[in-house]
Amino acid sequence: MTAFLVRRLLFALVLVAFAASTALLLTRIAPGDVTSQLGPGATQAEITATRARFALDRGPLAQWVEWAGRALRFDLGESFLYNRPVAPLVRAAALNTAVLAFAAVVAATVLGLGFGILSGSRNDTVAAFVRGVSFVSISIPPLLASLLLAFIAARTGWLPVGGMSSVNASEMSWPLWLSDLAWHLPLPVLALALPLSATFERLQSQSLAEALHQPFVLAAMARGVSRRDLILHHAWRVSLRAICGVYGVAIGALLSGSFVVEYVTAWPGLGRLMYEALRARDIYLVAGCAAMGSFFLAIGTLTGDLLLAAVDPRVREAETA
Amino acid sequence: MKRAGIALVATVALVALLAPFLAPNPPEQRFSNLLYAPPTRVYVRQGGFRAPYIYEWRVVSRLERSFRESRVRPVALRWFTDGRLVTADPANNAPLLLLGADAYGRDVFSRVIYGSRLSLALAAIAAALAVIVGGLIGAIAGYAGGRLDDLLSRISEFVLVLPAMYVALALRAVMPLVLPAASVFILLTLIFALFGWPIVARGVRAIIASERQRDYALAARAAGAGPVRVLRHLLPAARGYLTVQGSLLIPAFILAEATMSYVGLGFPDTTPTWGTMLQDAANVTLIVDAPWILAPAAAIFSVVLAVNLIVQGTGRAPVQLER
Repeated sequence: MTAFLVRRLLFALVLVAFAASTALLLTRIAPGDVTSQLGPGATQAEITATRARFALDRGPLAQWVEWAGRALRFDLGESFLYNRPVAPLVRAAALNTAVLAFAAVVAATVLGLGFGILSGSRNDTVAAFVRGVSFVSISIPPLLASLLLAFIAARTGWLPVGGMSSVNASEMSWPLWLSDLAWHLPLPVLALALPLSATFERLQSQSLAEALHQPFVLAAMARGVSRRDLILHHAWRVSLRAICGVYGVAIGALLSGSFVVEYVTAWPGLGRLMYEALRARDIYLVAGCAAMGSFFLAIGTLTGDLLLAAVDPRVREAETA
Repeated sequence: MKRAGIALVATVALVALLAPFLAPNPPEQRFSNLLYAPPTRVYVRQGGFRAPYIYEWRVVSRLERSFRESRVRPVALRWFTDGRLVTADPANNAPLLLLGADAYGRDVFSRVIYGSRLSLALAAIAAALAVIVGGLIGAIAGYAGGRLDDLLSRISEFVLVLPAMYVALALRAVMPLVLPAASVFILLTLIFALFGWPIVARGVRAIIASERQRDYALAARAAGAGPVRVLRHLLPAARGYLTVQGSLLIPAFILAEATMSYVGLGFPDTTPTWGTMLQDAANVTLIVDAPWILAPAAAIFSVVLAVNLIVQGTGRAPVQLER
């Protein structure tokens, strides 16, 4: 198990380094640089100074070496857009994205597994209804879901449409601030979780239905195990394997989806920050965001694998061997 | 269910094909006194029934974007004139706006129809490219085995694990931000195909790897067939898989185009695609006042739903993680 974790951690480090370096070099060789943000009125001296500040007057390779040397000491350079060090900016944005993504995963899991067990264990109009709803939800990806929910929220005034907190949030006491956050959370979370929970529901429903047809369930039924125990204790545990296998993939999809949701609902997360940085060619900010994004990805896939190992002893044995 | 899906896809494709005939107005035409005008109401009764006619929209307040019908004079619709199915006489200043008008006073309905052409063509070409490249690479990996297989599989696994939207965004953003529509089309096609091929390759590899152990493949090799010839025998086994994957990629790519254009990294604003049209919807107060600008979202939904309906019929779970 330790060897497995060490191997995965090494892989994560390589992934983060690779992603950040690629982002840095790509931004560097892209046409245009951050000096275009100075506006047309900038003097030659300002442009030269800015280029020197971001090491744009040196070769891409020299810049990378310098940046990598500092990055090893967790100094990710400065952002032009915000005129501040990159590290705290990325950390704050990453936290916001993590809150959003984590809430979405929890919501999708609760909704998806709950309704999946319901529709997978019976064969009546309720199951058919759940199946139909989830079929439509699967066809509403985050872009459409966030637009639709924003429309509904704006029309009815039930929920705030954009942002993560109200304008006066900084003056609030923390319980008030927390409830303000909780008020802003449901819309983006739902937009992100809706198609995902539908995917989970379909998977859970199918795998549970399959598990219920296996001989060991028949054997348990013959022993007189109640139907409830049969579904929840015997069949469900086996059916979980299919769900846990998809978590790793879901994380990538979640990160992709969270960009759209953050953009539409003005959630100050990593996706928005990276988008701004890319457009402005804010080179160190791009690299920092890429590093954080790939770190999330590594954590996500690792969590997926660990979940799989937790429910499937065969995977566990294969990894320790 | 499957039939309904196929019918829906066929309808959308037909509409895209016949866009110049079906659209009541040219997609670029701006009706400058009809910014955000609501959908035109079509009447068929005046005393008794008569041929469909409409009324002219008159601006009540530009600021509040409110309009009223000027009931003075009904405007008859003209059928099969100027190569269009139905339109209103331009002389009357009362265009037929079936889904209202957008920020520039352009006909949303006509733009959705015209927009489907670029959105669908882009997605279809990118999906075809991904299927061809992925199929070939998967076939080579599955047939060759060993080192080459390892290498190709690792590469495709690496691309698969990337959060596609971010990398696509980064790749697009490092290109010049303003490009003509044709360059954007080629660029997006290539970027999308880049993310599509590994999905295809992985499945084809598995099919070919198991298929080459079968007797008929061994027989072909024993008869002296070279790798290319054997592969030609093996590839039909992957046909079903390729069809399903190819059709799943299309809605994913339509959505990717929409996302890119929505955030301003896709086609130029003037080019009608479903994505560029949705840019108007970025302003929430506008969605409330003029919900018809969400029409492209409905169009995207119908295509995604249609493909899910088709794929479900083939016995595959409609598991479509957004990529």
